[in-house]
Amino acid sequence: MTRAKKLWAGIGVLMILSPLGLMLPDRFKAGTAWGEWGVDELQKRRGSVPQGIQKLSDLWKAPLPDYAFQGWEGKDLLHSSFAYVVSAVLGIAIIAGVALFIGKVLVKEHE
Amino acid sequence: MHIPDGYLSPATCGVFGAVMIPIWMAASKRVKKTLKVRQVPFLAIGAAFSFVIMMFNVPIPGGSTGHAVGGVLVALLLGPWAACIALTVALVIQALLFGDGGITAIGANCFNMAVVLPFTGYYVYRLISSNSPAGSRRRVIAAGAGAYAGICMAALCAGIEFGLQPLLYHRANGQPLYSPYGLNVAVPAMVLGHLLVIGWVEVLVTALVVKYLQKEDSVFFEGGSS
Repeated sequence: MTRAKKLWAGIGVLMILSPLGLMLPDRFKAGTAWGEWGVDELQKRRGSVPQGIQKLSDLWKAPLPDYAFQGWEGKDLLHSSFAYVVSAVLGIAIIAGVALFIGKVLVKEHE
Repeated sequence: MHIPDGYLSPATCGVFGAVMIPIWMAASKRVKKTLKVRQVPFLAIGAAFSFVIMMFNVPIPGGSTGHAVGGVLVALLLGPWAACIALTVALVIQALLFGDGGITAIGANCFNMAVVLPFTGYYVYRLISSNSPAGSRRRVIAAGAGAYAGICMAALCAGIEFGLQPLLYHRANGQPLYSPYGLNVAVPAMVLGHLLVIGWVEVLVTALVVKYLQKEDSVFFEGGSS
């Protein structure tokens, strides 16, 4: 196997293991990362939500919010893990594609 | 460390966007000059690696979570400028596709994780590894130290960005308009979790991969031009 193929295989393994990133926090009852709370969570924590956050938090509707499928909120860990792996596959495909494109464009210019 | 929309004022976001544009231009210029054809696939691998490693949320004391970034590793292997581009791609897709990090905060998030993190890590690594042989243990330790410094410094920057908001932007009665947490709360919250837990995850990830690559072929460590 070439060096690049070996590294891709490693990323493939990480992709499959990625739901550990859901399960481990779940096991330790750890919530959202600090400072990344949505409006509801902020309301619960502080009793109020700053006006700017209220206004801007919904600015962008991501197609796979928090690496999950829309409408699957409240589903069990098995479902969310599945969505997580799908998100990983999709994310990696797009990111690798974009990075490859940028790399090729930049290198081409000096070849 | 992905600052969402609304936590930073539009002006703050504008400043970071304005800071990032020349950095992105410099990065493309630099990468254009130094990146070799054979390294292009590794730019994609670096971006993909960083993205997937950020999905591994780890609990930190106090009930929240954090994650490694993997950006220092990319900087050691491809140089900090290429790492800046790889991480920017990952961060932009995270914001657009997954809502991880705000779209208005892309500039700030890129500043923290695509600039401060790889550059701090890279120079700490260079300082400690100096002229040690490519296969030496000292390189592994230097990589670990760089990883720790890079991610903790990025967390400090994020903490300062959050923490300045209530000072700068509040109503006449003192009510915060954006991030409601001042420096006294935001900086320790961001920094402690990274010093105690996440920094070590980044160390582990970086050192393990460096160790593996050293064994496989040390050619990698001759290519990391600045």
